[in-house]
Order: sequence, then structure tokens, then C-alpha cells
Amino acid sequence: MIPDRLSSRVARAFATRPTNDLSRRRFLQAGAAAGGGLMLSLSLPFANSDVEAADGFAPNAFIRIERDDQIVLTMPYVEMGQGTYTSIPMLIAEELEVDLNQVRLEHAPPNAKLYGNPLLGGIQATGNSNAVRASWQPLRQAGATARTMLVAAAAKRWKVDPASCRAQAGEVLHARTGRRVKYGDLAADAARLPVPQNVTLKRPQDLKLIGTPAKRLDTPAKVNGTAVYGIDARPPGVKIATLAQSPVFGGRVKRVDDTAAKAVKGVRQIVRLDDAVAVVADHMGAAKKGLAALVIEWDDGPHAKLSTDDVAAELEKATLNSGAVAQNIGNVSEAMARAARKVEAIYQVPFLAHATMEPMNCTVHVRKDGCEIWIGSQAMPRVQAAAAKAAGLPLDKVVVHNHLIGGGFGRRLEADGAARAVEIAKQVDGPVKVVWTREEDIQHDMYRPYWFDRMSAGLDEKGKPVAWNHRYAGSSVLGRWAPPFFKDGLDPDTTEGAIDLVYALPNMHVEYLRVEPPGIPTAFWRSVGPSHNVFVTESFMDELAAAAKQDPVAYRLALLDKSPRAKAVLELAAQKAGWGQPLPERVGRGVSLQFVFASYMAHVAEVEVAKDGAVRVRRVVCAVDCGTAVNPDTIQAQIQSAVVFGITAALHGDITLKNGRVEQANFDTYQMLRINEAPAVEVHIVRNFEPPGGMGEAGTSAIVPAVFNAIFAATGKRLRKPPVDPAALKQA
Amino acid sequence: MAIAIKVNGTDRTVDVDGDTPLLWVLRDVLGMTGTKFGCGMALCGACTVHIDGIATRSCITPIDSIGRSAITTIEAIGTTPAGAKIQKAWVDREVPQCGYCQSGQIMSAAALLASNPNPTDADIDDAMSGNICRCGTYLRIREAIKQATQSAAQGGRQ
Repeated sequence: MIPDRLSSRVARAFATRPTNDLSRRRFLQAGAAAGGGLMLSLSLPFANSDVEAADGFAPNAFIRIERDDQIVLTMPYVEMGQGTYTSIPMLIAEELEVDLNQVRLEHAPPNAKLYGNPLLGGIQATGNSNAVRASWQPLRQAGATARTMLVAAAAKRWKVDPASCRAQAGEVLHARTGRRVKYGDLAADAARLPVPQNVTLKRPQDLKLIGTPAKRLDTPAKVNGTAVYGIDARPPGVKIATLAQSPVFGGRVKRVDDTAAKAVKGVRQIVRLDDAVAVVADHMGAAKKGLAALVIEWDDGPHAKLSTDDVAAELEKATLNSGAVAQNIGNVSEAMARAARKVEAIYQVPFLAHATMEPMNCTVHVRKDGCEIWIGSQAMPRVQAAAAKAAGLPLDKVVVHNHLIGGGFGRRLEADGAARAVEIAKQVDGPVKVVWTREEDIQHDMYRPYWFDRMSAGLDEKGKPVAWNHRYAGSSVLGRWAPPFFKDGLDPDTTEGAIDLVYALPNMHVEYLRVEPPGIPTAFWRSVGPSHNVFVTESFMDELAAAAKQDPVAYRLALLDKSPRAKAVLELAAQKAGWGQPLPERVGRGVSLQFVFASYMAHVAEVEVAKDGAVRVRRVVCAVDCGTAVNPDTIQAQIQSAVVFGITAALHGDITLKNGRVEQANFDTYQMLRINEAPAVEVHIVRNFEPPGGMGEAGTSAIVPAVFNAIFAATGKRLRKPPVDPAALKQA
Repeated sequence: MAIAIKVNGTDRTVDVDGDTPLLWVLRDVLGMTGTKFGCGMALCGACTVHIDGIATRSCITPIDSIGRSAITTIEAIGTTPAGAKIQKAWVDREVPQCGYCQSGQIMSAAALLASNPNPTDADIDDAMSGNICRCGTYLRIREAIKQATQSAAQGGRQ
């Protein structure tokens, strides 16, 4: 979802120590918990070294073993459907030898210093598909450490050799004498023991929980209406507000006539801001009715005439100049000059909205001496900081309560909504829940950037690519969100999927130009950089295969001798998909291959193009190597999900501007894939015990080029800009 | 104006305009937050409830149009045979991800199962294509409905 990945240069820069060389003293401390249990405080590896230097030991995750045998984990990550509330406890439960149901999770309060995600450089956020990646080593080590201490405490009590005891199902057993004691009874004793310096993690063949399809812990509440999302917060006396923001970004309110709105039953107050008007009411029905009754005159400001074409033209112009060099291998210009054949293409990807099913919302109670917030956020400290700024309060006077997230996809890494809600709440006496209508949510999103790409390649006489040239322009989301990551004109998200390709390309040159579009804010969107780059590189690779008159799978395989794991997933996907077997007319298979978010993935999409140009994705076969598959059922679910998310973008996703206004508003004009359009998705997981890779987003970036390549296979028409334009595919 | 409705078997009286959508009465007036807001235009199905057993989008259903009809929400659907089977199948098949749309999905599926104990894939498409899931749990929704169908069919034979 965001920044770097394990293998990227920036993450490596943060990886100051390898995981197997942790200083145990600095990584983990143990002590007594309030109430007499055992408390382990962990400092996840790769943590921001400045913080460590200042504090010596900076724990960012906590495990409590309580006297009633409950294991409580305080988690820096949030659940937004990706299954993290199950896969993270699995890591602890495995080594601690407890039942998964014994582990209870608590939301971490906002504190970037304590809960910073190590792979995000100490920023407390859930994104970039990396919760399991960041937790994999330290949480297993913590579990093993606690188990060792509990065993030692039992052995001491029984005056026996710890080696004669073993841990099982939340108890320590002494086989010879048949004695057993529960962890809860040992926790206080264990807390007084020294932390062992060397604990051994289980061998892969001894794993009992990791690698099994564990039931998700959050499912029961999500089928009976009791799960509580941010939008469900109801502090006593809460009023409901909804709002109209300037339809043009950067515009202002000129005049408001609220006479009719105030007359609506249940409407309590109209709040006017510089660039928005809110209606506060007893319930959302009255607030919406009041909003419809408002007469607002806007000053559209400097972007009153902006259109998507203007943005695209500016990006196109930018790519006429050279940019920051993201990767250079060999000598592309020499190789291009020698090439037997040259292929060129221009690709573009559109702005996209997140359209989380839970519309943006934030509940706020501003008091003179403090501010309380109820929200579902992927980045709590940002909410706290934005709220403090908007409220004019010090950080420690802002309390944030996090909730389940009804869809994140990067949208809830931003705190614009919280800031807006606080601006409104400052004028309201008592708590107010600000709920965006779907139209406001889509028209005032922060969008997946528009990118513009120029590709060229040189092929030798056998059709093999001897030169690869890629230049692109667009927004750097990471450069805005975390400026230190933007260095020398580059950031690791914008380049992921464009550089370090799995293919052996002897001469390769990649340049990026940061161009921030005027009048439209951009943000992370499920798989971000790769959502753009993999579409471009994998579409273009297909074009090269076609130019060389070679099979797209065979063409790729010939470039993969140095990437055995990539080669394996491509072969597996092709085999399971029946690659090469005949298909009816206007049905085609398309392939894609990627290594992003530290996972290898190949998709084969089977697509049918009707005579009128309508595209239906019939079947998707995915092969994935994400290292150790912690929860295979979650991996399958995430790929099924990411495929639907990507096909939605491939077939429907397009946010356009006209006269500065976003033209799409609700699910009639910004369409989602529905059950009748959803393909069968088969997921094949390569089993190994490599460190786990990210799984939440990879499926999205991989599917779009597979679909477009399949359209080419079905029709011979190469589309280079999503979403699919059925008119271009109409049979003459 | 006081309006009387019957929600999950209980009589309730609310004082709102007659054109107020049922969704907001449930969520904001009665505090029953299991029913979700997604679009406000009957485009996404997140707000689906049953009115006399028929799947209905509460976001466009004026409160004064309901009369004495029985409103059933996600909070009580487990007390109906079809609802209980659907909920069990949803858990068994691990359908939810973010879960936000699932109240509506379950209400649509429960109405389908109650009226058609043996739906075909096309029947499932018809009944469920009004419910958007941004997490893309459609495959598992289909599997879960089929599982619930089988258990319903077995129940019918016994």
C-alpha cells in the first residue's frame, strides 16, 4: 500500500542490523505486568535508529501473559480486511505454545515512537503490505522467549531441570512426574527471571500453526452486525453532520443561504468554513435533507477550468525532458543503436478513487481543554497530529479511539478527514459525527495519481530485448506523505515495479520526473507504484513478445534464468491455466509476472470480448511465492480480493476532471465490479520457508496487465490506457 | 410527527419527518448500527434489511411507507432459519474481509434462501448483484450461499 518493500534500497538503509544478530537486551525486555502477570516489551528490528539512540530501549509492541492465562498483544497494526488480526497472533501463539484463541488483541494508542512500523521508518501506519513482514522474526522470538522463561519458572518451582519440562497448550508439563502448571500461575515467577539470551525458534517441520488456514478471529462479529467501525461510534449526545466541500479543489464559499436548511426538522446548526459548509442534525436523514436545501455560491478559485486532459498534457510535456535516473544497467543508447528492431509505446494510467465501502467519517468532541476522536485509521499518529493542529491544542490533549476499518486501500492513511471534522466540531457544542455522503467521498478523495509513460526497447535479430528504456512522469505520493523518503528526485514507491525487474535485461534505463498535478490531491491506493509500473512493464513486455512473434510465456521464461522463483511461479500459473490450449474466438489468455512487496506472483487471465466490445474476465489463475505462507487461507482471500480490485480498475476505474470538478459521484458513475462480473480465481501457493512477503496488494498490480494482455490475445488490439474502452474493441 | 414501526419484533415510535429513510432511523435514532450506509441511492446494498421478508434498501425507504410491516435487520436475522444458515456459512467459508458490506450481503442472501431454497448461479447473480463488496469477496459469497443451500436442502429432507 505504501512506501518501500523489504528489498528496496530505502528499507535496506533502515535495516541497520540483520534480524539474526539482534542485541537481545535492546530488542526485548521482560518484567512484571500490572496485576502480577509477565510483560514482554519488544523493540521491533529496523526501528528508527535515532529513537533508539535517544532512549536506549524503545519497545513498540507488548505481550502480556496475565494470571488468568490470557495472552494480550498490543498491536501497532489495524485490521481492514487483510486478516492481520489473525496472522500476527499466529506468530506468537506458534512459539509460545498456546491456542490461537488465547491471544487477545488491543489497539495501540497513537504513539509513533512506540508503535512505529519498522519497515516504514518508524511511522506508525498499516500499509505497504508489511505487517507480517515486520513482525515475522521479532514476534516469534518474543513468543519463544516467553515460553523459555515460563518453562524455567516451572522448573525452578519443581526443582527439576528445565530440559525435562516442555510447554504445551498454555501449560508447562513435567513428563516424568506428570505435573503440570498453567502459564497464568507461572507468569509472576517468570517475570522475576532473567531474559534468556539465546532462544531457538522452531524448525519449519515443527510448525503447527503457521502454514495452516487458521480461522479469522474477527469474523463472528462481522456476520451479526456487532462489529464496530468508525462510522458506528456513538458517544452520548452525538449529533450527525454531513457536508458540502468546494466542488473545485482550492475553491471557497462565497455566499450561503441556509434559511430553508434551518427549517428542516432535526437540523440543529449550519457550520460555515472557508471552503465547506456542514449541516449538523439529530440524524443523517435530517442532515442530508438540510444539505440539499442549502443554497451555496462558490468561488471556484484558480482551478475552475482544469480538466484531465490538461493534467495529461502537462505530464506528456514533462516526459520530453530527462528525469532522475532510477536505474541504469549497461548502455541503453549504444544497445538501441545496434538493435535489429525498435519498439515504442506510450502508456497512461488514470486517477482512481478508493471508494471504500465505509464512507469517510470522523466523530469529534472538542472541549476547551482537549479533543476526543473516534475514527478508523491506518495511521493514528497522523490523525492525532492533524486534529491537534486543527483544534489548536497540544498533541497530548488529543485522544484518538481507533476502530475497525470498512475498507482502507490507502485512503485511511490520510488525516484530511479528521482535520475537516475537527474544524466543524470546533463550532459545535458536544460531540459530532461528520459523515461524508458517497458523492463527497468520491469527489473529495485523494486519488491514485495519473502517470504518463514513454517506453522504448531494442530487440536483437532473434527478438530478444537488448535495450529497455522507460521514462515516466507523475505524482510522488511518498514525497508528500513522508518527505525524507524522497531523495535525489526519486522515491521507493514510485519506482517499485519499474526497476529491479525479474528479467535479465543487459541494458536498461529508467527515469522518473516528479510532476504534481494542480487542483487534485493524490494519495496511496492499493499497490500504489506497482499499480502503475507493473501495468506498463508487463504490457510492454507483451508487446515485445508480439513484435518478436513469440509466445508471451516462453518469451518471458527465456529472460528468467537468474530468477528461479519468478520462473517457477510463471511456469506454475501457465501450467494450471492450460496455457496454449485452444480457446473460442474472441477469448484470449494474458499473462503477467512481478516481484513487488517482496512476493513473486504470476497471473493468467482468461478474457472474453463480446462483439460490442464488452469485456468479461472469465477466469484468473494465480501462482504466488510469498515465502512462508503464514495463513494460506488469508493469502487466497487477499489474492481473490486484489484481483477483483484490479479488474474493477481495469474495466471501470476512471476519475476525470471537467471545469475543475470530479465528474464521477456515486456507484452509478464510478462503477465497481459486481458478483455477476467476478471471475473464478484459482490461487496456487508455492510452499517454502523463506521470509514472508507482502500479500495485501500484490494481486492488484499483477492483474491489470494480465487482463489487457488477454484482450490483445483475444482481439489483436493493444490498449495502453485503462480503463478498457469497449468502443475500441467493437467488432467491425 | 410520531411514527410507529416494528423492528425485529419490537414496537418502536420515532419522531422524524415522514420522508426520513429507514436507514437513518435505525442507525442514528434507534442506535442499531449493524445496518450500514454505503451510497444513499440503492446502488450498493450495504443498507439492506427485510420488510416482510423482502430484501429492501433502507437508504431509500421512507419511514412513513412501512406501516405495520415487519422490519428485520442484521441484528435479528440469525433468529430466522435462512438467516442462521447464511451466517453459519459465512463463518465457515471465511467470507468477510473488512466486513463493512457483509450485513447487507447477508440480508440479501438470507432473503434469497428463504424464497428459493435451491438457487442457481444465475439466481445468485440476480439476488446479489445489487450488493457491492469492495474487498471482492464475491467468490466466497457464492460458495457460502451454496453451502447454506445444501444445508437447507438436507434440513428439508429430514
